Amino acid sequence: MGYSKEMLESMAKVAANRAANAALEPVRMTADEKDTILRENHPDYLPDQFAEIKVGPNKGEKAPLELTALLEANARIKAGDVDLNKVDYDVDVLVIGGGGAGSSAAIEADEAGAKVMIVTKLRIGDANTMMAEGGIQAADKPNDSPAIHYLDAFGGGHFAAKPELVKKLVGDAPIAIKWLSDLGVEFDKDENGNMITTHGGGTSRKRMHAAKDYSGAEIMRTLRDEVLNRGIPVVDFTAAIELIKDENGNVAGAVLMNMETKQLYVARAKTVIMATGGAGRLHYQGFPTSNHYGATADGLILGYRAGAKLLYEDSLQYHPTGVAYPEQIFGALVTEKVRSLGAKLVNADGTVFMHPLETRDVCASGIIRECDKRGNGVDTGSGLGVWLDTPMIEYKNGAGTIEKRIPAMMRMFAKFGIDIRKDPILVYPTLHYQNGGLDINVNGESTTVKNLFVAGEAVGGIHGRNRLMGNSLLDIIVFGRNAGQNAAARAKETTVGKLTLAHIAKFDAERTAAGIKTDAVSPKLLPTYTHGNPDLDETKVF
Amino acid sequence: MENMVNVYLFGKKYEVPSNLTIMGAMEYAGYQLVRGCGCRNGFCGACATIYRIKGDRELKVCLACQTKVENDMYIATLPFFPLVKQVYDIEKVKPTEQIMMQLYPEIYACVGCNACTKSCTQGLSVMQYIAYAQRGEYDKCAELSFDCVMCGVCSSRCPAGISHPQVAMLARRLNGKYIAPACGHLENRVREIKDGTFEELLESLMQKPLDEIKELYNNREIEK
Repeated sequence: MGYSKEMLESMAKVAANRAANAALEPVRMTADEKDTILRENHPDYLPDQFAEIKVGPNKGEKAPLELTALLEANARIKAGDVDLNKVDYDVDVLVIGGGGAGSSAAIEADEAGAKVMIVTKLRIGDANTMMAEGGIQAADKPNDSPAIHYLDAFGGGHFAAKPELVKKLVGDAPIAIKWLSDLGVEFDKDENGNMITTHGGGTSRKRMHAAKDYSGAEIMRTLRDEVLNRGIPVVDFTAAIELIKDENGNVAGAVLMNMETKQLYVARAKTVIMATGGAGRLHYQGFPTSNHYGATADGLILGYRAGAKLLYEDSLQYHPTGVAYPEQIFGALVTEKVRSLGAKLVNADGTVFMHPLETRDVCASGIIRECDKRGNGVDTGSGLGVWLDTPMIEYKNGAGTIEKRIPAMMRMFAKFGIDIRKDPILVYPTLHYQNGGLDINVNGESTTVKNLFVAGEAVGGIHGRNRLMGNSLLDIIVFGRNAGQNAAARAKETTVGKLTLAHIAKFDAERTAAGIKTDAVSPKLLPTYTHGNPDLDETKVF
Repeated sequence: MENMVNVYLFGKKYEVPSNLTIMGAMEYAGYQLVRGCGCRNGFCGACATIYRIKGDRELKVCLACQTKVENDMYIATLPFFPLVKQVYDIEKVKPTEQIMMQLYPEIYACVGCNACTKSCTQGLSVMQYIAYAQRGEYDKCAELSFDCVMCGVCSSRCPAGISHPQVAMLARRLNGKYIAPACGHLENRVREIKDGTFEELLESLMQKPLDEIKELYNNREIEK
């Protein structure tokens, strides 16, 4: 690899200190120390990166600049652009999004006897679920309990989560693991069938279940296989670009757009499940992201324009360990499991500067402080980073541990000539998760718009203002299934009235009254990348 | 000034910075990708790509998001491959040899050419895991195929028309559900939850005033 002289010198210091650093037990921060480090370093605390939302149910609240612009943007269509009397798809339950939450929801809705369809703008499985590496939490060991899990999740989220949602999350966790296991998901187990579990940042018990470091991929491909086995229709490369309501004000379908031909379609449904995922591809504050290509907050936009309230739309998660080097995989996720297995965070001088398993927001803040304020970062050529001492894993746990437990990480770096068993890697925070989203009740339904259910990363309030590792894979299963069951039940008692897109004009009137003038359109659907080509326009909209 | 290299996207020549991945190079050339781009991190298999370096005879394969461009690289992406996916009811199938014979009989037509293994973008021993599937050794097939991202390149090179990723998918589900040892502590906990064992405790936590729950959180014992 093309390491600079400075990088090589720093790497030598990390190696020289490895034995001493491995023996070290870094102290955890006090509650006050955590508050301070967050306030002074976390990107969520930079006021000039947020704007006041001028219209809609969350008017007057703050959201990231990029999200606010999309929330206040023009719809992609006007009411007259589609004939709502010509219904192309007519179903009980329409699931928007083909990730883990959408697939779980579809399976449960199908199980309940509903006529269900998945629509997804890319392929089923093109989702952050596929990329979740580290694991899924559930309190299923004798020394653990859902109550301890509750405390970890609620406290880790700064006591901001909705208690009834946290209770559902932790109380249904073991049931979710069993459901997955019964579908054939392969969890790491010992020869007696006991789950091999580790810590995550902010957990007080070892309850991280994993499938090597392909945990999300293993879950996603199994759910996808099950969706296909059940014959649930998957309309792929087709985006929902606007919700449709009925004359009673209830959500009743969506306008769909073929991503390749741009042809529009009308889907009528008795209930809709919004499972569109996160927003990493909006690159808040210019951060790189660990998210998949389609993570552009579409569900938040669609729901908001139709009157659905958001919660904690100003709260994002920056994963502490994104790849800082090599530049070809800049921002890609280095799973927290690397730290769970014993790798420590080390600065340019070879010094361990914090406990590696603080919660993600605190850990990310610690790395940012080490690089920016304290000047102890390593210059990577395209920014700064700190070392994540991967060889320490095998120093502590023996040779072969990395290949067995984190093969994806080993492979990802090997493709660029780095052997993580021998050399430490450079990391810096990457935009990872949208803590906020659409506000739901415990049935998974929007608190303000009827017959609109939401599941997965598009939901706000389950994790408060910071999510623990392994609680997102958990949430997509628990709340995905929950939404599927409840949306199917509701569909049975629902008769759809006359379809309308009147909410677009209503929202436009509000925008005009607020003095909003913009050419922007939303949902964004896909980002545009030009990699610095001066002949291309990087502001071009898909 | 950046180092530039020549690449041929579907045969057409473009000059792109040498530090880009193949996927980045396509975007630099002006493509707005819809197909052939998923997670951009090597997990989803959307960006299977076949290439040849000018002057070389060997066809190589890779994931476009995980591979740096080289000079004189001829590039063709494989955003979709028509794999055979058989449907089955996971509750009704059994982990016996018969199930493969029934659903994917073409695996027994394997000619042993090893083109699948040579073409795997993840470097897996594909032919070997198919051999395990033929023999009904699904645990071994599952383990060896575990890192498969289902990009489909192996199948595109197979003279016997085998859909290797789907065969492995079935083997893994059979292994996960029927062959791997059952988890006693999970079964116990699920039973306790269904009996309502934790209901009262959770309810009481939900009702606690903020100060009290903060106190509990900040002083909780952390397992070593």
